[in-house]
Amino acid sequence: MAVTITPVDLERARKVAATVRDPEMPMLTLADLGVLRDVASVGSAVVVTITPTYSGCPAMATIRADLVVALHAAGFDDVDVRTALDPPWSTDWISADGRRALTEHGIAPPGPTPARSAGPVALTLAAPSRTTHCPLCGSADTQETSYFGSTACTALHQCRRCGEPFARVKEI
Amino acid sequence: MIDHDNAYGGLVEARDDARWAFGTGFDDPLAGVDTTLPPGVDGGALAVYCLMLADDALVASQRLAQWSTHAPELEEEVALANIGLDLLGQARLLLARAAAADASVVPALPAGSPVPPEDALAFFRGASEFRNVVLCEIANGDFADAVARLLIFSTWRLALLQRLRSSADPVLAAVAAKGANEVTYHRDYAARWVVTLAGGTDLSRRRIAAAIPRVWPYVAELFTGHPTERSLVATGVGVDTAELRPEFDKVIGTVLHAAGLPVPDIADAVGMTGRDGAHSAALDAMLAEMQDVARTHPIGRW
Repeated sequence: MAVTITPVDLERARKVAATVRDPEMPMLTLADLGVLRDVASVGSAVVVTITPTYSGCPAMATIRADLVVALHAAGFDDVDVRTALDPPWSTDWISADGRRALTEHGIAPPGPTPARSAGPVALTLAAPSRTTHCPLCGSADTQETSYFGSTACTALHQCRRCGEPFARVKEI
Repeated sequence: MIDHDNAYGGLVEARDDARWAFGTGFDDPLAGVDTTLPPGVDGGALAVYCLMLADDALVASQRLAQWSTHAPELEEEVALANIGLDLLGQARLLLARAAAADASVVPALPAGSPVPPEDALAFFRGASEFRNVVLCEIANGDFADAVARLLIFSTWRLALLQRLRSSADPVLAAVAAKGANEVTYHRDYAARWVVTLAGGTDLSRRRIAAAIPRVWPYVAELFTGHPTERSLVATGVGVDTAELRPEFDKVIGTVLHAAGLPVPDIADAVGMTGRDGAHSAALDAMLAEMQDVARTHPIGRW
């Protein structure tokens, strides 16, 4: 049945979309992760706009499917998930709640992204001097063990105090 | 509610194949993106240009993927695979952009084929239709060869993407902006490994000292603009690759200086122009493996 979506329905659709979780880091909602750009209505359709984290993020297809499933379950039959590429996703968009949730689950949240200008990108030959706190014991005495981790968005670290390895969401 | 604790439960729940890692149900990576051509932009030239940028990324990505189970350390294997995945994502977006700009570049497939345009372009073109620079296709050597090639490739590609952020084609500009942020990580990774290998053991130094001159003959092609590339400079869509050389030389000079290695003084020995579809035999072998399943089952669904 094609019916126009009321503002109340749309608000409900927004809440449903915002609480869908990231499949790779399910402690984060799509809203916390900052990939949910917009939820709007076009006639009888709910149009959700999302943005990919990394160009090759394999979770995007699952996120689209999860959004459709969640909105169908909430009674929205006509769902269109669209992509927005510009501006590119940044870890600066991860919410304060999201950062807290990451830490609680043993993943170090990202620091602020470096300033970007239009000119040539500076080369970083030395590992950056940022301090990463161990999300498990809180120690600042940690080291980066690998620039690339189990997902596109994380690096691997180890805590020198408690000895535990942990992931950190890389600034991008 | 979606079950995140049971992977199999999640697969069954969606009742479609979007959750499966392998399948023909790939969404258009540009779904919902306005792909209208900007005024004055030639769709045919833009499509060919996007194929060039896409094929560089796709072929480099496939070579990086071939490191899986072969890298010297698990961490490096994960790193090379991650870098390959970023490039594969860039390739998908660029192939989709090419198809949207000019549908005639997409190979025709048998009626009923579920293969989307990006896959038709990746799996159903022969080597002579690939537009990548030859640097991307040369066979994998040792780990030093891998980081030497990655340093050259990512230094060049970062300079290119950084300029394409202001392309007159908004889709290409958005793909470039995203890609530039990713390739920044790739270049730093490769640069650090070049310095690390040079300052490591006698063996690691010997390997990296040999790898840089081996890859150097493929550098000149990167800065030889193809007529299609040059035709897009005037409209602000494309970048004149020759202009990238000073920045490239500066970055490579910095890395090699830090590594205590000389900048090679070697002329272009390739004599091939990948942008025109003239490739080495290495690409044929790579594509034969990469395209085999898709070509065997052009109307397959799985």
